[in-house]
Amino acid sequence: MANAHDSSPERPAILDRVRPAELPRSPLILNNRGFHWITDKVCAIVEEPTPLWWKVTFAAALFIASFTFVGLGYLVSTGTGAWGLRSPVGWGWAIVNFVFWVGIGHAGTLISAILCLLRQKWRTSINRAAEAMTIFAVCCAGLFPLFHVGRVWFAWWLFPIPNQNGIWPQFRSPLEWDVFAVSTYFTVSTLFWYMGMIPDLGTIRDRATTWWRKAFYSLLAMGWRGGNRQWSNFEMAYLLLAGLSTPLVLSVHTIVSFDFAVSNVPGWHTTIFPPYFVAGAIFSGFAMVLTLMLPLRAIYRLHDVINQYHIDNMCKIILATGTMVGYAYATEFFIAAYSGNSFEKFAFVNRAFGQYAWAYWIMVSCNVITPQLFWFKKVRENHSLVWIICLFVNVGMWFERFVITITSLANDYLPSSWGYYSPTIVDIFTFFGTFGFFSVLFLLFVRFLPLLPMAEVKMVTPQADPHAH
Amino acid sequence: MNERNERIHGVACTFRQVSDVFHAAEQVRDAGWKNWDVHTPFPIHGMDQAMGLPRSPVPRLTLLGGITGFITGCLLTWYMNSYDYPLIVGGKPYWSVIFPFPVIYECTILFAAFGTFFGQFIFNRLPHHHHPLFDLPQFSRISDDTFMIVLEARDPQFHLDESRNFLLSLGGQEITVIRD
Repeated sequence: MANAHDSSPERPAILDRVRPAELPRSPLILNNRGFHWITDKVCAIVEEPTPLWWKVTFAAALFIASFTFVGLGYLVSTGTGAWGLRSPVGWGWAIVNFVFWVGIGHAGTLISAILCLLRQKWRTSINRAAEAMTIFAVCCAGLFPLFHVGRVWFAWWLFPIPNQNGIWPQFRSPLEWDVFAVSTYFTVSTLFWYMGMIPDLGTIRDRATTWWRKAFYSLLAMGWRGGNRQWSNFEMAYLLLAGLSTPLVLSVHTIVSFDFAVSNVPGWHTTIFPPYFVAGAIFSGFAMVLTLMLPLRAIYRLHDVINQYHIDNMCKIILATGTMVGYAYATEFFIAAYSGNSFEKFAFVNRAFGQYAWAYWIMVSCNVITPQLFWFKKVRENHSLVWIICLFVNVGMWFERFVITITSLANDYLPSSWGYYSPTIVDIFTFFGTFGFFSVLFLLFVRFLPLLPMAEVKMVTPQADPHAH
Repeated sequence: MNERNERIHGVACTFRQVSDVFHAAEQVRDAGWKNWDVHTPFPIHGMDQAMGLPRSPVPRLTLLGGITGFITGCLLTWYMNSYDYPLIVGGKPYWSVIFPFPVIYECTILFAAFGTFFGQFIFNRLPHHHHPLFDLPQFSRISDDTFMIVLEARDPQFHLDESRNFLLSLGGQEITVIRD
């Protein structure tokens, strides 16, 4: 606030009569940590001997992941009847899980791309882990539509390759748009993640003491030298990838919502779906970022780099997007009533009071009510409570996709064709196992790659400013 | 290049403070050097101007990629659904830009991202695993907390002793000759 006390001739007269409030920016890195401290802190995670907790968690994650692979093996060898799909519900847990996992991924891209364009410097501390989360969540998501096609050995029919009869994919289908959206999303997220990691891989390479470590990280770092001529191109490419990822991430969940919105099923055929799905995706994704980062912060003592300010910001984003999601639920009801369409009205009344009312109210309590606790500073500062609320949000967002997918199909136009859907044990095991699959990938990332973007974190410290005194 | 410089890559000197290396870079720029670089552990804000670097050429490849992707998306959907195996869906035209727009949109972004990603590698001349700088003992600190200015021998202004003295006058700490 140097200007407020400046006695230059252009100084507005009003400033003689009022005392402007001092609004200092919250420090991003606490305790005035230097560059070398940041390097040591982040590299130590990769360089230290494998900790016991990691081995135990990794073994548990591998065990849980086996549920997915056994489940999928059983499905392929038996047939899709092994899942709970039957008329009228032809889209069951597979689609629910797919949308759930893709949604989780969106927070990573929001942090790496949209917050980069908005110059939110606090994003640097959580950026790398959130991007990794994106990629691994998309890996989990991709399994479901792939196996959901039934005869998985024909999954290549989805790609623009002619089949035995010379027939190509049909591009009027939203499911085909999904193939392009999700595969592009996965590819671009991976490129962005890897490119951003190159300077940090260079740092680990330069500190390597064993030959295999040197060889491994040298290969990944591509011979990065950190010259400003390289940084100039790197920063431009980084900015452009952020600019490309922003419309991409918005388009991906928009297209996922088209899977529903383009059909004529009451409860699905609504124009609110794209923004509503994107808000929900960011909501669930941030909850997952906090679910992952809070334990890692405690284990690796990253309190100076991921401080209360970061946690506050993430909680506030969860609060904002959770409220948007709640508003969307209300809007859906209003539009259904206003539409004058009796099927549409029924679909929504049925959601709240029909045979799946239990799922609907779990969704509302987890997604609309629990995040409202984040209005209170005391709640945001209690990290165990934040972690538990985030788990509730994750549960709620899974149920949101369940409510949308199942209630609309189970009770559509003709009461004679109504039904009740229940998952089988194969459904449940396959989904349960994806958490193990995700954890396996994430733990490997934590152990072998830089968890925090060192270069970016150094860049936002006060001593990185060339004009500081 | 004189005979003495034949096997010399350049001269390097290190700095400990961001402001020191920043002001030193401004002086090297003002002295008219062309083949030189500032090695830093993170991008320093305003260093491009301090070094007098032109705008990065990466966006050209992004644009090229984007245009290629858009055309690829259009051709892909047109060829598959309208030319090679025309599909009648709902009595609509075989091809328009509207119905496959999500596909075209994603192709545009995908190819633009490839252009950007590979553009960064092409313009930075990476991968580049053998470089004289890697043999320098203090180089390993450049990716940690130290800054380094390198004046290369291929610059017409380069003269071993004069360049060393020039770097000393800028406030550099360790002056080292880099051999090829």
